[in-house]
Amino acid sequence: MIFYVLRRLLAAIPTLLAVLTLVFVIVRVVPGDPAVAILGDRATPDAVAALDAKLGLDQPIWRQYATFIGQSLTGDFGRSMVTNRPILTDVAAVLPHTIDLTLAAVLIGTLVGVPAGVWAALYRNRAIDIAARVLSLIGLSFPVFVSGVFLLLAFALHWRIFPVIGNANLADPIDRLTKLVLPAVTLGLVMAAYITRVTRSAMLQVLGEDYMRTARAKGVPWRRVVWRHGLRNAGLPVVTVVGLYFGILIGNSVLTEIVFNRPGLGKIIVSALNQRDYTMLQGLMVVYCFMIVLVNLITDLAYGFIDPRVKQA
Amino acid sequence: MRWLRHNRMTALGVLLCAVVVCGAVFAPWLAPYDPSDQNIVDKLQPPGGDYLLGTDAFGRDVLSRILFGARISLIVAVASILAAILVGGTIGMVSGYIGGRTDRFVMQVMDVMLSFPSLILGLIVVALLGPDLQNLVVAIALTAIAPFARIARAPVLSLKERAFVEAGRALGFSHARVLFVHIMPNLMSEVVVMGSLWMATAVRTEASLSFIGLGVKPPTPTWGGMMRDGFEAILDAPWLSIWPGIAILLLVLGLNMVGDGLRDATDPKLAGG
Repeated sequence: MIFYVLRRLLAAIPTLLAVLTLVFVIVRVVPGDPAVAILGDRATPDAVAALDAKLGLDQPIWRQYATFIGQSLTGDFGRSMVTNRPILTDVAAVLPHTIDLTLAAVLIGTLVGVPAGVWAALYRNRAIDIAARVLSLIGLSFPVFVSGVFLLLAFALHWRIFPVIGNANLADPIDRLTKLVLPAVTLGLVMAAYITRVTRSAMLQVLGEDYMRTARAKGVPWRRVVWRHGLRNAGLPVVTVVGLYFGILIGNSVLTEIVFNRPGLGKIIVSALNQRDYTMLQGLMVVYCFMIVLVNLITDLAYGFIDPRVKQA
Repeated sequence: MRWLRHNRMTALGVLLCAVVVCGAVFAPWLAPYDPSDQNIVDKLQPPGGDYLLGTDAFGRDVLSRILFGARISLIVAVASILAAILVGGTIGMVSGYIGGRTDRFVMQVMDVMLSFPSLILGLIVVALLGPDLQNLVVAIALTAIAPFARIARAPVLSLKERAFVEAGRALGFSHARVLFVHIMPNLMSEVVVMGSLWMATAVRTEASLSFIGLGVKPPTPTWGGMMRDGFEAILDAPWLSIWPGIAILLLVLGLNMVGDGLRDATDPKLAGG
């Protein structure tokens, strides 16, 4: 297991470099001078040149790239152009909120999606299956800001069950939890819809396998066959989807944070956009790169945990 | 048609999409008011009466704005997915046909693009380019290039080993002719299925970007932009965010249903999946 973890860790390094390179290319390839974009069309050439020099944009491209990669890998993500605070400080301040939201959404998605998918597969083409298919299709068609606004209207404004404002006091667990419910449900339901679909089709394949019949013939109770033998083998595609889904989850969390006015990475990125805080945007993209690579790593490790054959491959 | 009758979900999806397309095409005749006409006296009218779906804070008719807003959603979705198919499909096909190291490199680049959160990617690109129709299309197309490259490449790997490809080469056809005339038609069905599913994603991304404030500039009505305006007045006029929300949901749902149906039709193994 230790060797497997080490091997995955080593494999994550080129991925990290590749994602960082992508960020660098996107920011540089887009036409127009960031300094002009920041200062406006009427800026004097001197002011533009000065800002270019400050941002390091007057350097040759290879040096910009080397500096960017070097700083990113040493944990120096730069400073905000507007507040001049280190980007990591701002990120660290809101990270608990984003982590709360993301983990709660993954939890809701898994707890709803996996059983729903398994039941749908077991009762293929029966009422429960059709209901699961229709509901999951509707669920993944909902843009999160639409479902978020609808939930907000119903549960916070109409019935007043949950608070409207999402800025939770992290030290107070009750406050933290009540303000988490609506955003987490918004984000979790879309995820549950994806997981239901994948679990269902993975289970349908597994249910036809010989080992399922063998286990049943040996007298293993059906419930145990399904949840132990079936689900464990259907687990790989499900974990893959949860891992791949992370990118969508990050995008959706931005929208959820806006709707529920929750502090988080999404809110920072939107305010950086509005203020044309170029260095902040680049720094945030680097933060996202690290998160993606981390999630890929966790997904890989989960493979090894679910299916011991992966470790030997 | 017989297939549609057997497949109620797909039929419903086709119907939903047809309603939205008709609404967009015939908007000038169907809309009861001009979508940008401001009638301050009638501002924030609830649904019913002279205004079937109510009016917004400027006294503009919500129904008319939804009808015209459908145009932006559809134009952006169709244009960006066509662009993604053209660019991504070509990259995937050529890469798969060449094979070897080039192929491995290109696909690794695509994997990296795939792993980056698409909404964040779109957000950054629109923010750097400036929000307008053309840049929205570019940004959304960019997020969809990698999946189309993957789906176009996979069948090429086996198709290029087939006898008809060798026969074509033996007859002296160029690689380009073999690839685009003989191989390409064989993978169109998969690309089309994927295209309809990605149209749904494109509609959602456009609406999301507009909701964040990076959509086509006002006063042009867009569904996401209407949600944004409605959200600001959510306490006084909840209908302002409800109607455009339902419009977005119905179009995305329709496209997803059509995409699912097409996939089941081309791949019977997945039927009912």
